[in-house]
Amino acid sequence: MSDHLVIDVRGAVKKYGTGQASIYALDGVDLQIKSGEYVAIMGPSGSGKSTLMNIMGALDNMTSGKYFLDGIEISSMDENALSIVRGRKIGFIFQSFNLIPRTTALANVELPMAYQGIKSAERKMRALKALEVVGLSDRVDHEPTELSGGQQQRVAVARALATRPALLLADEPTGALDSKSTHDLLDLFDQINAAGRTVIVITHEADVADRAKRVIRMRDGKVVSDTMNDRRAGART
Amino acid sequence: MSILEIIRFAFRGLSINRLRTALTTLGIMIGVSSVIILIAVGNGSAKSIQSSLDRLGTNSIQVRSNAGGFGGQRARASTANVKPLTILDAVALSDPKQAPHVKQAAPIANSNNTVCSFSTSTSTPSTFSGTWPSYFEASNAKVSKGTYFTTEDVNQSRRVAVIGQTTATELFGTDNPLNQTIRCGGIPFTVIGITEAKGSQGFQDGDSLFLAPITAVENSLTGYQALSSIIVEATSSTTTDLAQTEIQTILDARHKVKNANSRDYRLFNQASLLATSSSNSQVFTVLLGAVAAISLLVGGIGITNIMLVTVIERTREIGIRKAIGAPKGAILTQFLIEATILSLVGGLMGVAGGFIGSQFTIIGVKPVIVPASVFLAFGVSVLIGLFFGGYPASRAASLRPIEALRHE
Repeated sequence: MSDHLVIDVRGAVKKYGTGQASIYALDGVDLQIKSGEYVAIMGPSGSGKSTLMNIMGALDNMTSGKYFLDGIEISSMDENALSIVRGRKIGFIFQSFNLIPRTTALANVELPMAYQGIKSAERKMRALKALEVVGLSDRVDHEPTELSGGQQQRVAVARALATRPALLLADEPTGALDSKSTHDLLDLFDQINAAGRTVIVITHEADVADRAKRVIRMRDGKVVSDTMNDRRAGART
Repeated sequence: MSILEIIRFAFRGLSINRLRTALTTLGIMIGVSSVIILIAVGNGSAKSIQSSLDRLGTNSIQVRSNAGGFGGQRARASTANVKPLTILDAVALSDPKQAPHVKQAAPIANSNNTVCSFSTSTSTPSTFSGTWPSYFEASNAKVSKGTYFTTEDVNQSRRVAVIGQTTATELFGTDNPLNQTIRCGGIPFTVIGITEAKGSQGFQDGDSLFLAPITAVENSLTGYQALSSIIVEATSSTTTDLAQTEIQTILDARHKVKNANSRDYRLFNQASLLATSSSNSQVFTVLLGAVAAISLLVGGIGITNIMLVTVIERTREIGIRKAIGAPKGAILTQFLIEATILSLVGGLMGVAGGFIGSQFTIIGVKPVIVPASVFLAFGVSVLIGLFFGGYPASRAASLRPIEALRHE
């Protein structure tokens, strides 16, 4: 783990609506995540964890505050620049997998690299490598409907990994999976993190959060606790 | 991101819903082919009007003297200055050097109300003319049985005649008139030819006709007086205006006409009739084209409609693409290309359909394809793809990923 900050959020405020009816989804959040960390962000629904995830993922902008992703300030970027940042810096994993329908696993994994302009041959090589890492080498030509939920989520992980992002951002990744698939996926996250990649998991499931090294709890748009997961960290080291 | 890659995405997008793609393409195809076919029908009917006018002899120009009493008030008031048309005028008009656009000219000496008889039958041809053999070609009169009279017949003042079918039937019934001798105004003429049926021309029966060498008619019936008219044939239907100018130049010089208002002769041609008919058929073509253009427009709206549905249906996919790094331009281009492929393929099929459809005779008209209409229809269909696909594409491109991802 280095001291380089992958995520540096300062005074993040996200307000919906105006005047009396306005709601603060984020009410002054400060958050620093170093390269190589494995962080779980927990909280009940409405706590602002999804809003935070959208802001960290450059999918949404803040009402006020500053956000540096991998050392670059992106809070002032326009949508077009943000899409490039998303493609290069972030690997997304969603609850509902979000694979492109009627498109093979391989093509799905290749897609973000295609938008980055990576040449076809290299793209294919990296995609096959990523699919191998997630254990789907024998499913590369299958379309999403021909894969189980766990397999689809692993394709999504491969897609996120293939671009070699600064961070892996997972939003309730196990929400649609059975316990066996959940277990496999969390093992995969451990493995990815052990290889040095930053992993951030948004979840409301305690057993998912237990696997992370650092747990951040949110409530009403604020960070209420930020603890190192000693039990797990101890088990590993 | 290369453009080829985006085109591949576009094709994949279209192949997802093949039936819908096919139907949208069909809309454009119908639009394009109907533009091509209907304009071809309009053009074909213009062509057929033109050719039927050609058959009537649109190249011919009649020169009439104002002395004859047709001249109207102004001409009658200055009768003293009127020089009659003569054989020499006809000879001058036949000169290819002075009148290069005149193919030939023939003098006409008419004898009015001359009664012809054969045994007990009689007939009064509405046209009873002495002329030159060049008359036949100039007025598009063809002999279907027997022969034409010749220059030799004119020189020898032979009393031979070519008669029209109405005249032949009135005199001979069903008998063969050839080589029979009829008496016209008491003078015997031998029938040597019968003209092809021409049908009525205006109020006149074009087949109530008697034609003989001008010398023979002048000798025995009209005397060597002024000509009734001179018929002139221009080299083609497009040169009648030029020929007309040449005729005026020659006759103005010969008749010493000082200004165009005091001419002692008048010209009649079918060019003006042709102009009217071609402007009519132009209106017809424009109307047909407008109807077709509307169907092309409807096809274009079909593209907008289907692209909007597609964008809504694929909102989530667009969100995913944006989340994993697709720039706005790539999404915009992909949807624009999808729309353009629809219209391009539809346009090409429409051109093919237009060519096939134009092979058939439609409402009695043989369509003649106007090449410009093919390029126009095809070009417009492609532009329609870009234009009508533009709105849905820009809507897709400006979707915010966060909202697009939430879309179910």
